[in-house]
Amino acid sequence: MSELWYELEPFLQQGTLGLVNGAFYAILSLGLAVIFGMLNVVNFAHGAQFMLGAFVAWMLLNWAGIGYWGALVLAPLIVGLLGVVIERTMIARLYKLDHLYGLLLTFGLALIIEGTMRNAFGSSGLPYQVPEAFRIPPVDLGYMLMPAYRFWIVIVSLVVCFGTWYAIEKTKLGSYLRAAVERPQLVQAFGINVPLMMTATYGAGVALAAFAGVLAAPVYSVNPAMGANFIIIVFAVVVIGGMGSILGSIVTGYILGVIEGFTRVYYPEASATVVFVIMAIVLLVRPTGLFGRA
Amino acid sequence: MSITRRTLLTGTAAAGALPLVTPLRHARAQAANTIRIGVLNDQSGLYRDLSGPGSTQAVRLAVQESGITTRGVNVEVAEADHQNKPDVGSTIVRQWLDRDGFDVIVDVPTSSVALAVNTLCRERNKVLLVSGAATSDLTGSACSPNTIHWTYDTWMLARGTGGATVAAGGRTWFFITADYAFGHALERDVSNFVRAAGGEVLGGVRTPFPGTTDFSSFLVQAQRSRAQVIGLANAGGDTINSIKQAAEFGITRRGQKLAGLLVFISDVHALGLQTAQGLVLTATFYWDLNDNTREFTRRLGRMPNDVRPSMVHAGCYSAVLHYLKAVEAMGVQAAKASGAAVVERMKAMPTDDICFGKGTIRQDGRKIHPAYLFEVKSPQESRGPWDYYKLLQTIPADQAFRPLNEGGCPLVRT
Amino acid sequence: MPRSQAIALALLVAFIAAAPFILFPVYVMKVLCFALYACAFNLLLGYAGLLSFGHAAYFGMGSYLSAHAAKIWGFTPELAILTGGLTATILGTAFGYLAIRRQGIYFAMITLALAQMVYFFCVQAPFTGGEDGIQAVPRGALLGVLDLAPDFTLYWVVAGLFLAGFLFLYRIVHSPFGQVLKAIRDNEARAISLGYRSDDYKLLAFVLSAAIAGIAGGTKAIVFQIATLTDVNWPMSGEAVLMTLLGGIGTMFGPVVGALIIVTLQAELAQFGAWVTVIQGVIFVGCVLAFRRGVIGELQQAIRRPL
Repeated sequence: MSELWYELEPFLQQGTLGLVNGAFYAILSLGLAVIFGMLNVVNFAHGAQFMLGAFVAWMLLNWAGIGYWGALVLAPLIVGLLGVVIERTMIARLYKLDHLYGLLLTFGLALIIEGTMRNAFGSSGLPYQVPEAFRIPPVDLGYMLMPAYRFWIVIVSLVVCFGTWYAIEKTKLGSYLRAAVERPQLVQAFGINVPLMMTATYGAGVALAAFAGVLAAPVYSVNPAMGANFIIIVFAVVVIGGMGSILGSIVTGYILGVIEGFTRVYYPEASATVVFVIMAIVLLVRPTGLFGRA
Repeated sequence: MSITRRTLLTGTAAAGALPLVTPLRHARAQAANTIRIGVLNDQSGLYRDLSGPGSTQAVRLAVQESGITTRGVNVEVAEADHQNKPDVGSTIVRQWLDRDGFDVIVDVPTSSVALAVNTLCRERNKVLLVSGAATSDLTGSACSPNTIHWTYDTWMLARGTGGATVAAGGRTWFFITADYAFGHALERDVSNFVRAAGGEVLGGVRTPFPGTTDFSSFLVQAQRSRAQVIGLANAGGDTINSIKQAAEFGITRRGQKLAGLLVFISDVHALGLQTAQGLVLTATFYWDLNDNTREFTRRLGRMPNDVRPSMVHAGCYSAVLHYLKAVEAMGVQAAKASGAAVVERMKAMPTDDICFGKGTIRQDGRKIHPAYLFEVKSPQESRGPWDYYKLLQTIPADQAFRPLNEGGCPLVRT
Repeated sequence: MPRSQAIALALLVAFIAAAPFILFPVYVMKVLCFALYACAFNLLLGYAGLLSFGHAAYFGMGSYLSAHAAKIWGFTPELAILTGGLTATILGTAFGYLAIRRQGIYFAMITLALAQMVYFFCVQAPFTGGEDGIQAVPRGALLGVLDLAPDFTLYWVVAGLFLAGFLFLYRIVHSPFGQVLKAIRDNEARAISLGYRSDDYKLLAFVLSAAIAGIAGGTKAIVFQIATLTDVNWPMSGEAVLMTLLGGIGTMFGPVVGALIIVTLQAELAQFGAWVTVIQGVIFVGCVLAFRRGVIGELQQAIRRPL
């Protein structure tokens, strides 16, 4: 029994830790999917906006004395507002064009944001402490010690992800949103302001990324490259899940986090590539993605 | 003095603005009385704070203090960003040496770039003064009559941190190693010292490089090994993340010690003392070490991003100061004619400056000075901004670096 | 060839012939390698409407294999470059087969993800030398007789190679095959209904594009005597996009002009560090918002002739 337990232990440990990474994948791919669903734009700047969320949290703390809990609300608002400005002044002008231009524009924005932060703050990263409330000894799960803050990440990400899913799939506002995706002209004719809705959606998607950024700040170092590391993996997650489905992108995010965790026990060298390998396999078997519609 | 400085800056601006359309003849027509220094380092990436524009500032200070410009020699300082990429670095250096007539390249953090520039400088008989790069190959298999490796190297880091930690009671080790050549080399070197000092390596894990932000999985494996010391054979952001997450998982509180094998003061600053306290590391310079180093910090003035000088900055200053002494001793004409001759002269002269004290340069191009084992202070111990280290041990100059006959440098004749 | 393009080609040839006497030859060779790379990329984006965000994989693997062949296997430079091209062809076939299963934005994301996989492979594979890359690659002697070590000699070989590649691409674009590609780009459903198997056409275009990108990468490795992770990392893919966008998507000469501008910009701005990234981003945004035709595209519009 104890021998079996010893074999099983790393599996459980890495699975649990993978869930934390999965939480970030899920929030980020959810934001991408929401933006893509509504605007038909792949937001390449998503990683940069995630990074910006962490930086704004740092600025709030060091320049305005606003701590973690304030930042958790304010940083997404501020970055989301920036998203609104970006959508109004730039992205809105591209809706009639090929979708690829949206990708190129946001790619350019990502470069600008990253480069600017690098100039302003250097690249070695800035410290951001775990909030006071979580500075308690790690929780003993029996098979490992889990820092309380990581628990919080998993829980809050679940709440946010399924809250968003619920808002889109089950509420009246969500139904307008879904209708506007299918038939924008018709919805507009019913007197609903579709352009405003698109702006709000982009702002909300960006705010989600920034929210994830604030969550990540105490765990990873706050540095200009933190988003670029994530975004390509999240792209693969989105391809695997299929962008058509909100729920799909959430579930795929968590699952891939856990799979990545397992890889770290058995073949750590491959843990960076496993997501891409899975993507290739999914493409061969089911080109539309696990949850996608043709 | 201010006039000297201004002319210097104008000269620099002109050098930087040299357009690509400059005819080749232009470079040939350069005044024979000008020494051109190219500071090549990371101006935008991970090593910006520990080298970057601060190194250029240190080089300018060295030029100014040498007084060489008041004696009729022009010195121009240019800087460029190699982005930590060997191909970008070698492109810049080709242009500097082949087209713009530069005489010496300084700093060059990132071992891969330094090795590429090492070859170019040797082929063209120019001078390379390495401060930022770590690889001890520069004075080993890749040693060159045109290169001096000034500040530190991987052997010294491994000796300092590996050897001293075992002596202090950390007998069993587990490595978290960045999965690329540099990480592997560091792990190998430290393992040798650990075993030689009677310690034991229990295991290790290779982390994908780059792109690993979450080290928790690897830290949990390290914890499981029950080793007394977790050696971090990585650099920059990887080191920062692993230390930060180790604190989060309470690894240090449960008695395991972290040994950072390549940690700079800018990294400690990024981590904050709350997280970094107790970390053991090796360096050859610390701004608050003694009156001289504090004087250097004062003279250097305000630095980009308000950092304090790192050992890399100090190395750039010290190397250029010594280089200019050699140039004056042999005359500008002779110095420009042969880089190897300048390096030969530099090796023949003892070094002395406020950063590293008195020292020498060995035949294989290794600059010799003491190294220091530091421990990062706790927030309670720190008395002010950037008061980060307490000295644990001084490693005397004759023990700090790899013995001359063990490097395999072809220049060394026994 | 229409007269406008013939004149442009004559200007290009004249520039290439005169350049090494006025400019630093290594710099012009760099421009030519990147121009060929961007042209190869443009075959896919400009004429087949497929945005690949992973061309670094072919450029980089071409570069690595050429360097390896020249240094370790002792191949002559022309064989080494060919090895690089061949590697990229094989890789392009495999990745193209996967990627063309999806269109538009998905295609872009898939190519990006696959290229990132190649990047991670290169970081770990022993033959690439990891961080250090493959350094000190010998330039060798062309066909075993002509020593390429002097920049000036090598220049003419690179120039010849670039022109050959450029004309080859011109031929492809203006062949019946190229016409079908354009038809697929403009309306895939219609092309299919006309009986063209669009997947086959897209795959062939993908493979050709990858192959030429590989040759461009191989040439670069021989010129700079180094092959590194930079060549295979995603910003390199972004550069192909940027050069093509700036020069003019779907124009023959656009990518060449784009490469010239971007390479010059990078060299001139090298001392400004992170601002290079910002400026590249600004160019991206500016082009997408206000300058979608690019330099040559605008020129083309102004003179109402194809370029």
